[in-house]
Amino acid sequence: MSNEILQLASVSRTYGEGAMSVAALRNVNLTISAGEFVAVMGPSGSGKSSLLTLAGGLDKATSGEVFVEGTPLGGLSINELARLRRRAVGYVFQDFNLVPTLTASENVALPRELDGTPARKAKRQAKDALRLVGIEDLADRFMDQMSGGQQQRVAIARAIVGQRRLILADEPTGALDSATGDGILEVLRNRAEAGAAVVMVTHEARHAGWADRVVFLKDGRIVDEAASQHDPAVLLAGMGH
Amino acid sequence: MSIKHSLLALLQESPRYGYQLRGEFEERTGSTWPLNIGQVYTTLDRLERDSLVEKDGDDGEGHLIYSITDAGRAEVMSWFAQPVAATNPPRNELAIKLALALTLADVDVSAVVQAQRSASMKLLQDYTRQRRAAATNAGTQLNGDPGAGDANDAAWLLVLDSLIFTTEAELRWLDHCEGWMAKRAATAAKSMTTAPVAAPSQKFAPADQAVSK
Repeated sequence: MSNEILQLASVSRTYGEGAMSVAALRNVNLTISAGEFVAVMGPSGSGKSSLLTLAGGLDKATSGEVFVEGTPLGGLSINELARLRRRAVGYVFQDFNLVPTLTASENVALPRELDGTPARKAKRQAKDALRLVGIEDLADRFMDQMSGGQQQRVAIARAIVGQRRLILADEPTGALDSATGDGILEVLRNRAEAGAAVVMVTHEARHAGWADRVVFLKDGRIVDEAASQHDPAVLLAGMGH
Repeated sequence: MSIKHSLLALLQESPRYGYQLRGEFEERTGSTWPLNIGQVYTTLDRLERDSLVEKDGDDGEGHLIYSITDAGRAEVMSWFAQPVAATNPPRNELAIKLALALTLADVDVSAVVQAQRSASMKLLQDYTRQRRAAATNAGTQLNGDPGAGDANDAAWLLVLDSLIFTTEAELRWLDHCEGWMAKRAATAAKSMTTAPVAAPSQKFAPADQAVSK
């Protein structure tokens, strides 16, 4: 399996045509490997959400190519794209987007069952995913019996269930208080350390601080990156700041 | 930072000698503000001169022990009771740099802002990683509930939180500066309908600004 989970190669996305066109992304190059936690920051309208939408195959690039686990998305049919999304890509949204009439484990099992996995196996995979996010004991609860932080853990479990290694998170802590939000970041961090590639859009610097790499977008372009180094000498130098 | 009051606070706990005081101070604050031993002894001399501490013999191995006096205890209590005074804003090199950059024609202010943002973000990532490790040591739960771990680890956690929130505040301030400058440029462009605003492409940019490839 390739170590590069997500690659954007010279990706541009323009909405509208002619004088009225708006460039949401301009010539973006970005590669994210297994085990990496990347935060995307930038002012409103800088292209953060467009980047996430394109990465997840929910929208198509005007030019350039998006690769998920080595597969170029541009040439896929709508059905092939949907299949790839269910197999390889997990989404985490600010407002959880869970089905209220299903239990936690049913919510997590749903994408597997839609993908043709037998119900019993899907349920087992759901239990495994719930264990990885620390709430296996809440598997039979309905959403209105869970706190916001617990629901977001269900959403993360749904995002990682099966073999999916790309987690796309759009302001995943936006609806949570600070301590609960930190717990969610810890879960995402743990998933990256276990080999997933996590891309998180956030406007909170403190949350971006959990990432290995922070990509700054402005006017649809990547203008800079901050990559944390694991060298202790750098940490000590930072202390003198 | 008040070395004087920090040493008094430690002496209130028990009599100690200079190296012990330095060790305790650094352990409880995560070595964030290293003390040199010369500073410790100079401070102890002054505290003794002011009758806040007194020499209390040696420990048998040639270490001179200091203990706190009643006046010293009163001084510590009063230090904890008083808020930290911020009558004069501490000199902030970044604010000074940006204020000057804004008034000089040859400086690309947004490049200065971005270089700083990137550096501060790296620092924030480093603090966050250290905090995560410290939280594990202090027994903090995944949901953020503080554990009943070691008090020194807990103290170090709070110091790290302070560094994290300060760095976050700096990043928010940089966003604010950038937004403000963008609005200002838009207003200037509107008022100069005949002459467009010059692009800053020829201006100075910090050499160490890493642009993503």
